[in-house]
Formats: sequence, structure tokens, C-alpha cells
Amino acid sequence: MIHFDNVTKVYKTQNRPALQHVNVAIEKGEFLFLVGPSGSGKSTFLRLVLKEERPTQGHVHVAGKDLSRLTNWKVPHLRRRIGCVFQDFRLLPNKNVFENVAFALEVIGKPRRFISKVVPEVIDLVGLEGKANRMPDELSGGEQQRVAIARAFVNRPMILLADEPTGNIDPATSIGIMKVLDRINRTGTTVVMATHDAAIVDAFRKRVVELEDGRVVRDQSRGVYGQAY
Amino acid sequence: MRAQFVLQEIWIGLRRNLTMTISLVITVAIAMALLGTGLLLRTQVESSKSYWYDKIEVSVFLCAKTSSNTNCKKQDITPQQRQELEADLKKLPEVAKVEYESKEQAYARFKDRFASTPGFVQSAKPGDIPDSFRIRLKDPQQYKQVAQAVLGRGGVDQVINEQEILKKFFKILGGLQWAALMIALIQVVAAVLLVANTVRLSAFNRRRETGIMRLVGASNTYIQLPFIMEGAIAGLIGGLFSAFLLVGSKVLLIDRLAGNVGFASQLNWGTVVLVIIATICFGVLLCAFASFLTLRRYLRI
Repeated sequence: MIHFDNVTKVYKTQNRPALQHVNVAIEKGEFLFLVGPSGSGKSTFLRLVLKEERPTQGHVHVAGKDLSRLTNWKVPHLRRRIGCVFQDFRLLPNKNVFENVAFALEVIGKPRRFISKVVPEVIDLVGLEGKANRMPDELSGGEQQRVAIARAFVNRPMILLADEPTGNIDPATSIGIMKVLDRINRTGTTVVMATHDAAIVDAFRKRVVELEDGRVVRDQSRGVYGQAY
Repeated sequence: MRAQFVLQEIWIGLRRNLTMTISLVITVAIAMALLGTGLLLRTQVESSKSYWYDKIEVSVFLCAKTSSNTNCKKQDITPQQRQELEADLKKLPEVAKVEYESKEQAYARFKDRFASTPGFVQSAKPGDIPDSFRIRLKDPQQYKQVAQAVLGRGGVDQVINEQEILKKFFKILGGLQWAALMIALIQVVAAVLLVANTVRLSAFNRRRETGIMRLVGASNTYIQLPFIMEGAIAGLIGGLFSAFLLVGSKVLLIDRLAGNVGFASQLNWGTVVLVIIATICFGVLLCAFASFLTLRRYLRI
């Protein structure tokens, strides 16, 4: 589903590469933790999958397509197949829960009937039954993140990228968020989650890829956060 | 769905930047009105020019008792002198046609021409206006050769090239027209900069929305269209205001000018409507294009 083939990324303003000779293959339906200290290249990894950046060297394949051969006007279609969740939720403060989730479908031109059918289903899936009319500032952090996940998942993407989704949330609430991500993973969606949260990684026992200074230093199935081999 | 969503976004954008939008509308209105006035004056000047240049003649006024030219010695031209002069004029290669206008004909024409100002007509009587040869040239530029050939001959009072008189008049009109177009140009530059600023503000205000749109895979057109339409709608409103201003400038400026200086033809409403449509289209396209260019800088896709 996602293949990094000897990928190196050097940002123009920096000498040190953000990623160096990264080779990772993520298969369909996998759940993968991307761990490592700040600045180790986790976000760059995710941005490369979205084609927000292009690799300095090497190739990134997503869903069987070489992103370097993808023309710019086809990038939106790539992104429709990928959902994104962030540490800071990125909800629209002037829209309620339903509207925030529906926004993702409206802007890709889905018909209204489809939206009014699908959006409530997804809101239920992430555990926000009965809160469709709440505004974001009336919700807790965990609930806001659920809205963000619903928005990322509403178009049924093949891949869900999560960049520190529990970074702003207390540990107890984080478990709930992880359960939602797990539920999404069980529908066949590939989930890649960048995180600092050792407790979560240790508890879930999924595949772990550890980055350090832009290199893959560990790729372990059913791994834990620390160096326990 | 799509249309409703885009319209809603446009409305939000215009409302959030209300002051910017208003100044943009005003600037566009003035720019387009000046541009339109320039265009109207131009069509008017062009049509008058071709009308008048067709009629341009060199007049050789002949001596009369009232003439102050010493060459005339307070004498009417003798019939013999006149016949010789006419024959010589007809021989000149530059001349297309020679017509004699007697004093009576000249007076009649004068009366006709100034029929609207009776006081002026009454101040002259038959015989005050000297008789003349009206000469049509093959090429209006060759006036000098003709003037040289006849000036100083016995019985010739003065030679007047009508083109010289018209030139001055058209120079003034041309100046007016260029002034309008130059100011319009400056206003167009101002309008483009204002569009750029408005769109930049709008893009900044909505960076959250556009960021999310980008992430969920909205197409570039979908992301950019509301901004471009915002510019275009402001341009359209400005253009509609300019239509009013243009109607005003036809009625108050050009028609009045026509009354005073005698344009060859009345400016008809068809031309005004054409110019209005042209300026509105230009205004809308200008604003849309300026938005588009600005977006390329401030809205990374």
C-alpha cells in the first residue's frame, strides 16, 4: 500500500537530510506506529505519502502508484484516498460536528443525499452519537479528535495517516481514540500513526518503525516503544 | 450542491472583507467608467474625423473692397483675374476639384450654418463675406503647394486650409480622450493591486478551510473558484456602477460637447451599450485574472 524505496529528503534550507535512504513497505490493512524523537523525520514521512513534499532521491509508491509520476492535478485524487488526523484537530470553529464532517465530502462534490446518509454513520462509528449539532468549542479534546477522525474517515480512504493524534489528549481519553483507530483499521484501512506515546505503543503491540536522524533504526512487528528487543 | 457550496463560500468571503470589497467596487467602477468614456470619445472623434476630412477644402478667398490685405488695394477682384486664377488652379496636379462660391452663395451658406443664432446672422449682410474658390485636394496633405501657387497673385486675399482649423479641434478632443484613458489605466493598476490585496486577505482568513480542503482532496478549481469568483463579482458590481457613470457621461459630457462643437453625428445608444458591455466584461476578466495570479502566490496547492 505504501512503499518507500530508498527515499532521501533534504529540505532546501537545511543541510542535514530529514530522511536518509528509507526503505519501508506497508501492506494493505496494516497498523503501523512510526516512533522516534522530534525531528527524526516522522512528519516528513507522512508528508511524502501525501505528496506535500517530493523526495530528493528515491521513490514513494502509494496504492501501486509512483508519486513522482503523478501529475499535480491528480494529487487531489490521491488525497481522497488518504485520510489525515493531526495533533491539533484542525476543525472549523464556525461549523458544528455534522458540518465539519460533511465539509470533507462537500468540497469533493459529493451529492447532498449521500452526505446526509454517510455522515451520521461515521459520527456514530467514532462514538459521538447525539453530538452532531455541537460546536467544536463545546466538546472535550478527545471528542474533538473523534470529529477529526470522522472527517478523515468519512470518504472511506484506503489509508489513514495520524500525526500524534493523542498528543493533546490525556492518557485515559487516548485509549478511546486508539480504539476508534483500531476499529477503522479493522475495516481494512491501513493506518500509519506517528507518535511519542510509549504507553500506547506498548499496549497495542503493532508493527513499529523507529526513525532516528532520518534513518530507520528499527522495523519490528508486534513491537514496543523502547529498545526492548 | 456544488454551486450552492461555492456561492456560500463567495458570500462569506465578500462579507468578511466588506471594506476591501467596497473600495474594490468603487475603484473598478471609476476605472471602467473612465475607460468607457475614453472609448466613447474615441468612436465619436473617429466618426467626426472621417466625416469632416471628407469635406475638407482649401478656400482661396478673393479680394473684395472690404478686404484689409494690401495686395487687394481695396478693390474687388476683376473677372479676368478670376478666370485666369480658376484656369491656373485647375491645371495644378494636386487639385481634384475647383468650385467657385459667389458672395451670395457664401452669405446663404453662412445664414444656414448659423441659423440657430439669429443675432449673429443679422450682423452680416450679403457682400460682407468675400467670394472664394473652394478647392478639393487629391491629398489633404498637399495644401502648401497650392497655397504657394496662388498667394500673392493679383486678386487673392487669403488662403485658408480648413484642415488646420480642424486639427486644433481634434487635438483638444484627442487630448481629452487620452487623459481619460491614462487615468483609467492608473485606476486599472490600482484595481489590480486592490484585487491582489483583497484576495490575499481572503485567502489568509480562510487558510483553515483551504488547508482542510487540500487535505481531503478537493480539486484546485474547487479551492480557487470561490476566490476568483469573489474578484469577478466585485468586478461585476463595479462594472454595473460604471454603466451608470457611462450613461451619465454620455448625457452630461459627450452630448453637451456635441451641442457645442458640432460633432458630425449624435452618439447613439447602441454604441454606448456596446461600450458598457465591453467595459463590464473587461472589468470582470481583469478582477478574475488578478485573483487567479494572486492565488498562485498565496494559496499553495
